[in-house]
Amino acid sequence: MTSSDTAHSSRGRGGQRPPHGSERASDPTTLLRARDLKVTIADHPVIHGISFDIAPGEILALTGESGSGKSMTALAVMGLLPDRANATGSLTIGDGENLLALPEKKLCTLRGREMGMIFQEPMTALNPVQTIGRQVSETIRIHTAVPAREAEIRAAEMLARVGLPPDRFPLSRYPHELSGGQRQRVGIAMAIALRPRLLIADEPTTALDVTTQAQILDLLKSLVAEEGMSLLMITHDLAVVSDMADRIAVMNKGEIVEEAPAAQLFREMRHPYTRTLFEASQHRADLPPEQPRTEPLLKVEGARRAYALPRTRPFTARPTFEALKGVDLTLHRGERLGLVGESGCGKSTLTRAILGLEPLQGGTITAFGQQVSPDMPAATRAGLQVVFQDPYGSFNPRHRVRRLIAEPLHLLSDPPQGRARDEAVAEALTAVGLSPDDADRHIHAFSGGQRQRIAIARALILRPEVILFDEAVSALDVRVRAQILDLIADLSRDYGLAWLFISHDLTVVRSITDRVLVMQEGRIVEEGPTAQILDAPTHAYTRKLVAAAPRLPEIGKIST
Amino acid sequence: MSRTLITGALLTALVLAAALLSYVWTPADPEAMTIADRLQPPNAAHWLGTDHFGRDILTLLMIGARTSIAVALVAVGIGIALGVPLGLAAAARHSSLLDEVISRGNDLVFAFPSLVIAILITAILGPGALNAILAIGIFNIPVFARLTRGAALGLWSREFILAARVAGKGRARISAEHILPNIANLLIVQGTIQFSLGILAEAGLSYVGLGAQPPTPSWGRMLAEAQTMVALAPHVAIIPGLAIVFTVLGLNLLGDGLRDTLDPRLKVQRL
Repeated sequence: MTSSDTAHSSRGRGGQRPPHGSERASDPTTLLRARDLKVTIADHPVIHGISFDIAPGEILALTGESGSGKSMTALAVMGLLPDRANATGSLTIGDGENLLALPEKKLCTLRGREMGMIFQEPMTALNPVQTIGRQVSETIRIHTAVPAREAEIRAAEMLARVGLPPDRFPLSRYPHELSGGQRQRVGIAMAIALRPRLLIADEPTTALDVTTQAQILDLLKSLVAEEGMSLLMITHDLAVVSDMADRIAVMNKGEIVEEAPAAQLFREMRHPYTRTLFEASQHRADLPPEQPRTEPLLKVEGARRAYALPRTRPFTARPTFEALKGVDLTLHRGERLGLVGESGCGKSTLTRAILGLEPLQGGTITAFGQQVSPDMPAATRAGLQVVFQDPYGSFNPRHRVRRLIAEPLHLLSDPPQGRARDEAVAEALTAVGLSPDDADRHIHAFSGGQRQRIAIARALILRPEVILFDEAVSALDVRVRAQILDLIADLSRDYGLAWLFISHDLTVVRSITDRVLVMQEGRIVEEGPTAQILDAPTHAYTRKLVAAAPRLPEIGKIST
Repeated sequence: MSRTLITGALLTALVLAAALLSYVWTPADPEAMTIADRLQPPNAAHWLGTDHFGRDILTLLMIGARTSIAVALVAVGIGIALGVPLGLAAAARHSSLLDEVISRGNDLVFAFPSLVIAILITAILGPGALNAILAIGIFNIPVFARLTRGAALGLWSREFILAARVAGKGRARISAEHILPNIANLLIVQGTIQFSLGILAEAGLSYVGLGAQPPTPSWGRMLAEAQTMVALAPHVAIIPGLAIVFTVLGLNLLGDGLRDTLDPRLKVQRL
């Protein structure tokens, strides 16, 4: 990117205004103008001077991997950078002053009025002890002198505008009474309450299910089209923005490496990094050919699991919630089985039941001919290992990698000691593409992808026949995700491993499984060969899932 | 290193050093009464003056620190030794009968004002340092049990604990290997705060005559005895009072400082 000549370095908010401010005549084609924006945190540069424009009514998607600086860009525009961050350059809205030079008090009047922000996590972005009506009307009352009654009327209008009509969602609702998607709608209502000219959405659908995601994306699109707002959309997911953004800017390591109208970007992909990202997003792991099914390793028959909920009134029976309503599944030797479904469908409960961490209320689970239960024999347990989603939460931060990986050895009646143990650890580390020397390091020294490799090494050390992957690549950036998927495919080749791959991401499931089960509200509603289910779903729910999943355009097939 | 931590550590170290030093050296004989020298203000011979029996106040303070520290330390020890395992057990069996019994037991002890019950216990068992320890210690148990349970519950839902369960480890072993090291910071911080509360409680019990008995010097009793002479010689009351204030302040600062230093989340924010 070239930096504009209007750029000027000013130290922090109290700095000078850009000298060419007067030359920048009011330009109706640009709403937000960023010139040579640099951000450092504790003198460590995170954004290296980026420039971009957003026109009125335009959607600009800022995409890139974690740590690319895309969220910092959004925070810089809102003036919400962390305390030790320092921003220089210029950021102007319309023909206003440089936002970076404005004092906090001035910025407060602009936030909400000129620019609104939608956050990733709808639960934490709302105050749990305030009604939704109060939260939306508060935004209005902070900036305008309207009486409370009128602010409430406008809040009701805004909530209706985002799809929460007051007859079904009265203003007196609390956030916990709403679903994730509905909460995100409240967040959007707060952001648009004063009809700001610029809307910033930071990963607004990342925490949501695919079907909800599709609805929220539609809502954002319609707001831009009908209210004439501009949208700066921050996302790691190219597929999400592919049919939504007017222009896409790809960020890498604090720089915009490529920026173009969406169709042109997908057609040309001038920068190799864009191409890498795109290819990684639709990466297909090279699975060895499917073997004919032989003996079943794992059988779940009519599994039922109910949780007791808190009493609603004292001295009444506790209500129960059935997470599994009779689930059947069979995993054969060497088979690669997928399980898809939205949050709350019972995927995690099923995982825990299969691992023998929770008891069932009905039905049976057998693994290698043995009954699975919380007190099953160690030998059965040793054959069933797991890789969890969160590469940061799945390790005790106080232990070294050697101890973390060796933990399952505890299941052996005669666990290897000393040299033999070190060799087992070294072998597991080598199998996942890490070095045996890594055994002596602490977990915080590793990146997310490396941690997920360590998690796989821990699952592998006992040479289990079955590994459960519980959203094992969902928290990873696309390029790392592609590498981990390749690694998992190699495990099938090298170890003849069978797995149950649980994911909400249909692209991933397509890439790594032969057969797939679709789960909805505690039941398996459809099952069959992966390609068949995802290309020609028969059950209504599967069809809805497939239709809602964001899809990347295929290169070369984009109309000009 | 924060200034809070350094100040707290220095104050605490000063009190500990004075207590330890008193075993080998004191400015005067603690039991030597020189009535002629009574109620002297601080001077060259008696740096902090003398009390109504003519005893050297600095000497009494140094030996009194021993009593205060011993009582508070053992009371905190009782709280940790019994409270932490109870809390770990309750968290390991969340929502079970055991958890209910432990949690309701905590609530029951918390329901009584601690100092009043401590007075009751020492009144029944008889006054003395040992019974004071017991009385203060009992009230430390639910503090640690509740803290441990709450912190451990949060950890039990973490994936690394699930991974340990998948590795076939039992609840007791997971509690010891994975839970305890991860909540140790919290316990250390709470320990320093309970320590300071223990010193206050010991002073309170001695003040009403239920703590360490004469001739063992004690800060609380020094205060009580000086009370009637406040108008004549205010320093006799002010000095042990200040000793208590600075010790408690030091321990609280130390606790705060340790919390900031040991909590990795706060550390990241200060990056």
